Amino acid sequence: MEEIHAPLSDQAALAESQHCLYCYDAPCIHACPTGIDVPTFIKRIANGDAAGAAKTILTANILGASCSRVCPTEVLCEGACVLSHEYEPIQIGLLQRYATDYVTARGIFVLDAPAEATGFHVAIVGAGPAGLGCAADLASLGHHVVILEKEVEAGGLNTRGVAYYKMKPRVSLDEVRLVESLGVEIRTGVNVGTDLTAADLLSQYDAIFVAIGLGHESELGIPGEVGAGVRSALDFIRDIHEMPLESVSIGKTVLVIGGGNTAIDAVSQAKRLGATFATLAYRRKEDQMSAYAFEVALARATDCRMIFEAKPVEVVRHGNGGLAGVKFIHASSGKEWIEPCDQLLLAIGQPKQDHFLKSLFPSLQLDARGCVVTDPLTGRTSLHKVFAGGDCANGGMEVVNAVGEGKKAAMAIHHMLTGKTAAPKSQNSRCGIAHPAAGAGLWNPIRSATH
Amino acid sequence: MADLSVIFAGIPSPNPFWLASGPPTNTAYQAHRAFEAGWGGIVWKTIGDPTPNVSSRYSALHLGGKRMVGFNNIELISDRSPETNFRELREVKDRWPDRALIASLMTDTREHWHDLIRRAEDSGVDGIELNFGCPHGMCERGMGSAVGQNPDVAEKITTWVMEVARKPVIVKLTPNITDITQAARAAKRGGANAISLINTIRSITQVNLDNFVPEPYVDGASTHGGYCGPAVKPIALNMVQNCAQDSEFGLPISGIGGISNWRDAAEFMALGSGTIQVCTAVMHHGFRIVEGMIDGLSAYLDSKSMESPRALIGRAVHSLHKWEDLNLNFKRVARIDHDTCIGCNLCHIACEDGAHQCIDLLDPESTGIGYGPGRMLGKSVPVVREADCVGCNLCSLVCPVDGCVSMVEIPSPAEPMSWSQYQVQLAKGDIAPILPHP
Repeated sequence: MEEIHAPLSDQAALAESQHCLYCYDAPCIHACPTGIDVPTFIKRIANGDAAGAAKTILTANILGASCSRVCPTEVLCEGACVLSHEYEPIQIGLLQRYATDYVTARGIFVLDAPAEATGFHVAIVGAGPAGLGCAADLASLGHHVVILEKEVEAGGLNTRGVAYYKMKPRVSLDEVRLVESLGVEIRTGVNVGTDLTAADLLSQYDAIFVAIGLGHESELGIPGEVGAGVRSALDFIRDIHEMPLESVSIGKTVLVIGGGNTAIDAVSQAKRLGATFATLAYRRKEDQMSAYAFEVALARATDCRMIFEAKPVEVVRHGNGGLAGVKFIHASSGKEWIEPCDQLLLAIGQPKQDHFLKSLFPSLQLDARGCVVTDPLTGRTSLHKVFAGGDCANGGMEVVNAVGEGKKAAMAIHHMLTGKTAAPKSQNSRCGIAHPAAGAGLWNPIRSATH
Repeated sequence: MADLSVIFAGIPSPNPFWLASGPPTNTAYQAHRAFEAGWGGIVWKTIGDPTPNVSSRYSALHLGGKRMVGFNNIELISDRSPETNFRELREVKDRWPDRALIASLMTDTREHWHDLIRRAEDSGVDGIELNFGCPHGMCERGMGSAVGQNPDVAEKITTWVMEVARKPVIVKLTPNITDITQAARAAKRGGANAISLINTIRSITQVNLDNFVPEPYVDGASTHGGYCGPAVKPIALNMVQNCAQDSEFGLPISGIGGISNWRDAAEFMALGSGTIQVCTAVMHHGFRIVEGMIDGLSAYLDSKSMESPRALIGRAVHSLHKWEDLNLNFKRVARIDHDTCIGCNLCHIACEDGAHQCIDLLDPESTGIGYGPGRMLGKSVPVVREADCVGCNLCSLVCPVDGCVSMVEIPSPAEPMSWSQYQVQLAKGDIAPILPHP
């Protein structure tokens, strides 16, 4: 299965980059939660310097390659492009992918060498996007960083939780290697709390960044749910990444319950991998889905069916226990019906990690949702020298938000440890802007209206 | 419909669009195709003592995704024999009697010129063009621009030509000279009937940064070439106008230099060209481009109620004055239409870093300025400080939205006053000195 968008050829990238206006204080920068200086990197592509473009991208966002694939650019940089109203926006995502792939494919190392060692040690719990983003910046500043990851491979959802047609795991794993090349030590298969206690971390490290993400898939809590044929959508997507495609178990009639982007990924993947019927059932109306409109349109374009206002009340099983379907009640009409299926994938959200967090740090302040309370500009928590970011703090946002939070925490940790301020990489195309009216992307990212 | 036919220095042509002497006018085959496409005239590739050529021959300036914005060649005059060329000229003239057919010629001695002129005229051409402009190869043999750069030599050779020529003679000028009017006057003194300009400009288009040999590459080396194409149009327009404005000159002018479409052609005509000649645009897109030139010029003339190109020729020549005669009291300022502004801020940064620091980025909430399409809430908007605006045009030139930045005339209570008048009034003590800019 190929990535859904073909990469840009050299000539296409050149042509596309030449359309960029090279705005001054460009809105695309404001829309990027890692503050990538988009006009600068695009200008470099236009000038025939793809490696220089990659340097601009990766200096601001170490996960620039995966973000170029998984970012909802329509509501971020491309949605903010000044050309998006009357013309077509610049294809920033594809250009970013072009530049980052250029250096990855050629093994060109574009980042500045890390600063002289400071002697400080920082532990990061979780090797997902927030942890990697934080680790890369801390390592660049000269700190020794150890990432503790419970899975066997680093990268978090980027490695195992993104639909295959959007991004292959190789992209994420290349980024993990890039972070390691800065001197970051990644220990996988380590369960913090059992293999290593929070007290161990606090005594052995000068600072801790918690980036443990969210828990596994939630459950419906209805009769018949436990049993054959029912899986979490994330497990299904993970199989696609880890197993030969032909051995991934795909039903003939696949039903996905949920209304978010993971639900869309799952139903699209099922259909693309050979399900005869792939249906998405959502308990509310279409305009209430949290999935992006363009993702929904993409699923429809692959012949996925969607039903709305479908509240599941029972998983119906055959006499032998085999999956028969799901009984729904229509929210408006109250009508009941059974939607047949031989595979049921649940994508009803990942639970918060509040119990686990409390077990690690009993006095850590959590909000009502079960997320770590942090200062948005520094990632500081209620505990001394403990910082947090990514899904466990924001409740579940984009990869790029997680990287941005990791970066901000890295700067705050550096300041706490050394007393010095770490300035983020200057944005040449905003050079001289004294007071960013709407944020500079990293500090206060704006979100454009969905077109 | 306007009648596009013209008579240039006595040469009738169904339209003012001619092909300049060059690779597109090398053979009868090409000439037939060009006339089928609708070209009004052809200036045949320069005929002379046939010379071998090198490989490769062309190079180009590409700019921002546009290919061949500028074009460079090191090709010499025709590498076919005069016999072949004259035979084909005859064949073309017989088949296209209503079109203008001009032979471009280049040789050295008086006897050779006499011989070449006679043979050309015997082939039935309507006129002769003297190539005094080629800036590479031929000039090293004492021909081409070596002639055009020396007015006395150009005059003398023109005199030789006029001793035998019965058909109208056009002298083609090189731009590789300080004052083009000196070359034009020399042609007139020699008795020429018209001039054509510009020939190509000495150039190096690019350097290969791996082997350090400029293009075009010839076995580890290159040579200075002749530059043409859209990039040279402003230089050519200036030289055409210089000649058209010169009261001591006064002969017809055939305009050449970067003409790609009807609008370019109309501008050359407005600055005094009776016909125009095209080469690079045809080398890029083929003969078919003339169709749009004919239709476009015709529609333009109709829109201006002009019945013939004659009504257009020279119309803009006298709008150019010396700087010292321009009105110092005229004032324009930039106005930004915030309803169409897309927020790229190019006007701000161009003014701030490149001009006069009079476009501020202001908070839209405090200024009460509206939002254009696609604008981001809270993002600053560019606002012109009109009191400090010098009316330089830069912001309106960089703005990517048509009509968003307009240059608005601010009526002045003062009478018009040029620098010359200012000097007079200053000397008389009638006026206080204009204060220097702070």
